[in-house]
Amino acid sequence: MLKNFDINKVRADFPILRKQVNGKPLIYLDNGATTQKPTKVIDAIVSYYSDMNSNIHRGVHYLSQISTDAFEVTRRKVQTFINAEYEHEIIITNGTTHSINLVANCYGKAFVHAGDEIIISAMEHHSNIVPWQMLCEEKDAKLKVIPMDERGVLDMEAYKDLLSDRTKIVSITYVSNALGTINPIKEIIRLAHERNVPVLVDAAQAIQHLKIDVQELDVDFLTFSGHKMYGPTGVGVLYGKQKWLNAMPPYQGGGDMIKDVTFEKTTYNELPLKFEAGTPNIEAGICLANAIDYIEEIGLDQIKAYEDELLNYATTRLAEVEGIKFIGTSAQKSSVISFVIEGVHPYDVGVILDKLGIAVRTGHHCAQPVMDQFHIPGTVRASLAMYNTKDEVDSLVEGVKRAVNMLK
Amino acid sequence: MMTINETQDELIEDFSFYQDWMEKYEYIIQLGKELPLIKEEYKQDQFIIKGCQSKVWLYPELKEGKLYFTADSDAVITKGLVSLMVKVLSGHTPKEIVDTDLYFIDNIGLKEHLSPTRANGLLSMVKQMKLYAIALYAKHN
Repeated sequence: MLKNFDINKVRADFPILRKQVNGKPLIYLDNGATTQKPTKVIDAIVSYYSDMNSNIHRGVHYLSQISTDAFEVTRRKVQTFINAEYEHEIIITNGTTHSINLVANCYGKAFVHAGDEIIISAMEHHSNIVPWQMLCEEKDAKLKVIPMDERGVLDMEAYKDLLSDRTKIVSITYVSNALGTINPIKEIIRLAHERNVPVLVDAAQAIQHLKIDVQELDVDFLTFSGHKMYGPTGVGVLYGKQKWLNAMPPYQGGGDMIKDVTFEKTTYNELPLKFEAGTPNIEAGICLANAIDYIEEIGLDQIKAYEDELLNYATTRLAEVEGIKFIGTSAQKSSVISFVIEGVHPYDVGVILDKLGIAVRTGHHCAQPVMDQFHIPGTVRASLAMYNTKDEVDSLVEGVKRAVNMLK
Repeated sequence: MMTINETQDELIEDFSFYQDWMEKYEYIIQLGKELPLIKEEYKQDQFIIKGCQSKVWLYPELKEGKLYFTADSDAVITKGLVSLMVKVLSGHTPKEIVDTDLYFIDNIGLKEHLSPTRANGLLSMVKQMKLYAIALYAKHN
């Protein structure tokens, strides 16, 4: 086990983990959907409403100034966390879906025309499919999909063939939410840049597991959500290179995003506020900083090493279950285990596990094309976080075996 | 033939023997095996109940003024829940089905399955059965 990683101390930081569900201790293995929050984040949310609640970016009064300052602290924390060159390259949104829609709309408006092509992959979440489909429909552009093999690994040769002079953007997930595959995004970005095509990386399932350096990756856009990284719900990030963000028109109109408004003409604010119309989720925005602090205190290297060990243990133990088939067997995997069991519906397994206090996700995981490729209605997905333990994995394995006994 | 409420009361009594959730679910799975199965030829999209994570097919048939259901599901717990509903409602007149208050679900501790966001779609199932009854009732009056 890791030297500096104290699992008991980590678990003590998450009050919800002491909860009982259906008379059993909660075993929370649905971290791909959302993570639990440490006391540090929960306290910060309470403290925001008790000490500083006020609207930001406009008031002259004391409370407005301290909440504006706190909100801007988050922007700088995010900048450092992902090593962005400039603070104004960090747009605070309300989540990954919002971030991707923003780029699809605004980049699309400026740069995508009839006959152009947009590349995504076969393992995308619906959030990274539908906004591009909508854009393609509007602009009469074409959506191209990088195929994957039976392990859930992208076909890089096919990707090279798809890239062309018509390609306007590549939008790809870093880590697959349904399969756990970690994609070779550095290579994906390098190949796109050879043709001057920008790349958006959906890091919703990566930001809480892997160290991300946007300058080293040379990525053009990066999106993620606060609630999947131990932070509050309703806040997310869009990182964009300044040159792209400046070249894109605003997304929504409203307060904060304007410089001057007359009935004849409105001039827009500069980055980042140009893309932040309306009052944001202030509390979540401010408290995202506390989640980043928490991750940095533990250290992403430690988190990754611990989660990798847990993933290996869980994969080995679950392999004992008769008739189990793992969906997503790439050598490069994050802590997501998706599986089906011969003759048993994933939904039934989920119901029995719930009765045992074990939270997993069942279904298509908002990635129906992935399920279609594997010809399955859905999977059972256990997604692990830094606070999960080998004991919990043992309970999962016992629970699955018990469910199979009942259901077969 | 028992009335709808007699069947509900009987199920409530049956379920009262099972204190443990595990036994309760085993009984539900068992009931699934007693479900009158839908003919393979009716397993088409038009007979699928939407809103279920698992697939549910439900086929209504009116015989001598009474509505009979056959059904199936690819998940065994869902199949058990469908079977419960079919047991209670099948073989009654459309009017009786429309007017019925399904109090047994709450009584046997399955209320959680009735939530509109619940992935098994028990609620959609009940709605669909009543809709068929309403449609047939309207047609014959």
